[in-house]
Amino acid sequence: MATLGTSAVSTPTAQAIYRRRRRGNGILLTFSFAATIFGLAWLVLILAALLYNGFSGLSLSVFTETTPPPGSAGGLLNAIVGSLIMTVAGVLIGTPIGILAGTYMSEYGRHNQLTTVVRFINDILLAAPSIVIGLFVYEVVVAPMGHFSAFAGAIALAILVIPVVVRTTEDMLNLVPNTLREAASALGLPRSIVIRNIAYKAAMSGIVTGVLLAIARVSGETAPLLFTALNNQFWSTNLNGPMSSLPVTIFQFALSPYPDWQKLAWSGALLITITVLALNIVARAFLSPRTSK
Amino acid sequence: MVDAAMTGLRSTGVDSAKLKRMNSFRVGDATFRGLTFGAALLVLLLLGGVIISLIHGSIPAFSAFGLDFLTTQSWNPVTEKFGALAPIYGTIVTSIIALVVAVPVGIGIAIFLTELCPPVLKRPIGVAIELLAGIPSIIYGIWGLFVFAPFFQTEIQPVLIDIFGNIPGLSSVFAGPPYGIGVLTAGFILAIMVLPFITSITRDVFDTVPAVLKEATYGLGCTTGEVVTKVVLPYSRVGVIGGIMLGLGRALGETMAVTFVIGNAHKISASIMAPGTTISASIANEFTEAVGDLYTSSLIALGLILFVITFIVLACARLMLMRMNAKAGN
Repeated sequence: MATLGTSAVSTPTAQAIYRRRRRGNGILLTFSFAATIFGLAWLVLILAALLYNGFSGLSLSVFTETTPPPGSAGGLLNAIVGSLIMTVAGVLIGTPIGILAGTYMSEYGRHNQLTTVVRFINDILLAAPSIVIGLFVYEVVVAPMGHFSAFAGAIALAILVIPVVVRTTEDMLNLVPNTLREAASALGLPRSIVIRNIAYKAAMSGIVTGVLLAIARVSGETAPLLFTALNNQFWSTNLNGPMSSLPVTIFQFALSPYPDWQKLAWSGALLITITVLALNIVARAFLSPRTSK
Repeated sequence: MVDAAMTGLRSTGVDSAKLKRMNSFRVGDATFRGLTFGAALLVLLLLGGVIISLIHGSIPAFSAFGLDFLTTQSWNPVTEKFGALAPIYGTIVTSIIALVVAVPVGIGIAIFLTELCPPVLKRPIGVAIELLAGIPSIIYGIWGLFVFAPFFQTEIQPVLIDIFGNIPGLSSVFAGPPYGIGVLTAGFILAIMVLPFITSITRDVFDTVPAVLKEATYGLGCTTGEVVTKVVLPYSRVGVIGGIMLGLGRALGETMAVTFVIGNAHKISASIMAPGTTISASIANEFTEAVGDLYTSSLIALGLILFVITFIVLACARLMLMRMNAKAGN
């Protein structure tokens, strides 16, 4: 403060202070610009590496042949199908539970204590390490059954789906104007029909976004499948046995010493990334007309 | 009310079909409410179930080793002597490295997005950063192993060894040889992975700073840098710290990317260039191959430790963000 006072009198000091402030400002702004370039660069570098390494290996046989033993040709068919089966099963189990829980929190218990607690716990589950979920499912499903199974893998994925869907369903239902509900109730509709036919319809695009984001999240998950669905070298659609999945196959093949396997791993990585990024972009597109309104 | 109305209907001789309909509405209402309530409880039960099953699974390990499990470094499946110190150390060190890199960069990007960025670019850049969060961790793993680690080994690590090699104290932290894979590489990959989380939350809390405050500061003749450091950051401090802790929670539990690049060595090295291991990487690598109850149980005990640490970190993060939201609401 004292320097400011004297600087008002003697101009050289005032200019020095001004220059120093300008310099400080310039450094901070340059840094923030550089940070943005730095952050975006990784996205570009990773996508470029995926395209470069994965694209050359993509051929029809990737989609039509099963995973090969080392040294011979093959594809990823069983892994792709296994991933699809477990993702679909996981989403089918997790979505209804997630939507119902979100409905309770927004429609029935918006201001009660239980909702606050569930929201808090749900936010923690949302960010909980997925490998711990894998251990949990191993303890409660795999160990009692005595063997690894695709069913256990689907349950592990469902547990990862639930928090995402709960969160978006609650948020989206909270955005539905109360006047809509009141108008429907005034017509004599029971509460459950107001929710199902009015509130769900109004919040539909948001809820779909949540489900899409959940699919995007679980389709790349590896850790919870490692010791639930395990892996399977062969074609299998048996939910009660070990099943191959794209992420676990990538894990196994990438760490192997065989170049053919590593090439297939890159192709699989490219497939997963394209799927996940496409789902993310579609989900955002679904939501944007609503939020801009 | 409904009962009275229904007896009224009955006495006026309304057909029983309508009555049945009303009854089914009532049953339907109660059933639907019950279902939603059950689903909400299930979310709580899930968390409880995770904790109980992990505790149950880790009992053999803790009863065999006691609290020494947390403080010993040996990890020997042959003699069945297990200690969690090396994985705990690796988890914490990689997460600290990740935060050291990601926090300044994340805050920098948030400053760019809220104060500098032309409005046209705001959304595309924001989405691009968030897409980084969408990329599955296995992709970071395969990219880290085949692309980043070799580059790190030939270009970055020798430079680091040269720079820090002659500084007493730091020379052992950055001691060679440059393997490419190791604790530092894993921490760096984690930094890229948690960057989007820190960025998006920091940006959101920066947006809650009232425009009047910023305008008043600009009106006093302050530069953008001064507005950010003297008004925006102090106002949103709690929220930013919450975002950082959320990123930390992610970094602590991240599995696949780390498993690829950390080298999976059950030892504590003074050098952060050396291979190490983390809790999640140990579980991912060894669980399916673990023979014997004690081995399995020790790995589950590692999972329990990880869950407890992340639970505490995430709970703190949430409480801080809730405080920030309450402030924004007022």
